[in-house]
Amino acid sequence: MEQKNAIISVKNLVKNYNDFKAVQGLSFDVYENEIFGLLGPNGAGKTTTLEIIETLREKTSGEVLVNGFSIDNDANAIKQIIGVQLQAAGYYPNLNLVELLELFAGLYGSDIDPMEMLGKVNLQDKAKAKYKALSGGQKQRFSIATTLINSPKIIFLDEPTTGLDPQARRNLWDLIIDIRNQGTTVVITTHYMDEAEQLCDRVAFVERGQIIALDTPDKLIDNLIASGFERKKEVKKANLEDVFISLTGQEWRE
Amino acid sequence: MNNKNIPTPTKTNYNDTKATLALAKASLRSIMRSPSAVIFTLAFPLIFILVFGFLGGGGTKLDIALAPGSDMQNPVIIALEKTGLVRLNKTDSKKEIDNKLEKGNYDAVIMVEKNANGVPAYFTNVTYTSASMDKGNILKSILNEISYNLNNQNLKPTVTEIRSNTVTGRLYRTIDFILPGQLGFSLLSTGVFGTAFVFFSLRQNLVIKRFFATPVKRSSIVIGEAIARIGFSLMGALFIILIGHFLFKFTLVHGAITVLNMLLLSTMGVIVFMGFGFVVSGLAKSESTIPPISNIITLPQFLLSGTFFSIDAFPTWLQPISRALPLTYLNDAMRKVAFEGAGLWDVKQQMLIILVWGIGIYAVAVKTFKWE
Repeated sequence: MEQKNAIISVKNLVKNYNDFKAVQGLSFDVYENEIFGLLGPNGAGKTTTLEIIETLREKTSGEVLVNGFSIDNDANAIKQIIGVQLQAAGYYPNLNLVELLELFAGLYGSDIDPMEMLGKVNLQDKAKAKYKALSGGQKQRFSIATTLINSPKIIFLDEPTTGLDPQARRNLWDLIIDIRNQGTTVVITTHYMDEAEQLCDRVAFVERGQIIALDTPDKLIDNLIASGFERKKEVKKANLEDVFISLTGQEWRE
Repeated sequence: MNNKNIPTPTKTNYNDTKATLALAKASLRSIMRSPSAVIFTLAFPLIFILVFGFLGGGGTKLDIALAPGSDMQNPVIIALEKTGLVRLNKTDSKKEIDNKLEKGNYDAVIMVEKNANGVPAYFTNVTYTSASMDKGNILKSILNEISYNLNNQNLKPTVTEIRSNTVTGRLYRTIDFILPGQLGFSLLSTGVFGTAFVFFSLRQNLVIKRFFATPVKRSSIVIGEAIARIGFSLMGALFIILIGHFLFKFTLVHGAITVLNMLLLSTMGVIVFMGFGFVVSGLAKSESTIPPISNIITLPQFLLSGTFFSIDAFPTWLQPISRALPLTYLNDAMRKVAFEGAGLWDVKQQMLIILVWGIGIYAVAVKTFKWE
């Protein structure tokens, strides 16, 4: 593999909640300008790991560097170069999307044109709508817009496609790939393996607070096949989701 | 494996003031669109002010019944009516009068008889009621004066003649008492309820968590929120004062200066009351526990702090409790400033007690407040 710059470097990360060991010695690097996936079942420690890197949560031990800044000493410097989309985060009540973006612009100290930001996620026509009135896909797109305000080097997306219909999901993939192509590193968690396969350059499987595999999706699949694994059912050239999309169309349903 | 990129030490200079003001603006917009904030801060106090504004204003009036069979056309009745202090009812039956007298609906009954023997020309029989003793006493002195004047009409006084006149003072209307109380209550409820709900829901809906993912400081969040709430309270206060002044002749002794002083007191009040709100937001386990906890704080003050009645009217055992509450002193200071034209220095004692409350409550808030 070619030489790559690690923009995030996690070493021996441990997080204990009283007796519960949520993260038990994770180590991984995220390279600049890749889409990195953290995969694993609920409670495996994905969100905890993300929140520690995002400086939202204290670690128990270990070392985390983000763009060269240590989470111990430079949390504020890190916050200025990352964009964070939280699982199930809410937004300030009673404000419309433009007003929310103005608020975040103030919080980040950035000068932005709210309409331009909404344009990036295709929500211009919802400018005057309240966050609560948006559909699931629109909410996620808006959340992503708020992560882009400070032109971050890295954005973190925690299960952005959970609960979305296939069109909205594919749509969000396009948006995420687009953001990466503009030079931003993306760290994403998901429960959908097809999504990880389509989207991620590299994925790490997390189980009980430990990384049990880390590589490109292709390599991981090849490894499995090489070990003699075979699907029970003959794989067809299309799956049911392809049928759904071809029947109901590609266009956005929001 | 190791990070090869050199740490970029270019920490862009971040502007805390900008963040604080962005939060204040967002919060103010949100408050203005929140029905409960508008109702508690403006609608409730205004309704009370309207009710009391229309009710009161006339000062004391005595309700006197004229007993059936009483003489109607005589100097006593004429003089009594001329005072403008009594409402005379001439139609009720004996039974109705007795009934109302017992309840204190009438303050007294008067029966004037013509004297068949000539001198004096009339007998005036008055029946008072123990249900309304103080007003009875007022009537007693009115009648004494009337009878003295009538009896001495044609005589030269032998000992002394009382020559009285009245200085034209400021008329103390009901609104002058009610409005400062309602203003204080408005500040109390927006401070306590508003702050408690906002911080609880921001915490619960992870809005604050999302804020923490930005470089904003915690102090900016609190100060931004405070600026918005104080701003909104002051707008409400100004609105209430102006409505009171122009619609119900609420007394503002020194005009704009008085208004300014009242707004400064309001600011002080709402900052202290917000402290209670921070405590409530920290103590509340769920959204539904906020109103009961807030009510424990606001209701006693609403009732005991001289919002509707003067504390002096309370039984003596209750008065020490009243005199322990911060709203009592805010109300007191407001009334002194508005009606007596006191400056802020004149109410320093009240302000000091409010300040002590503020220090105490923020000490508790620091312990109980939760960010997550």
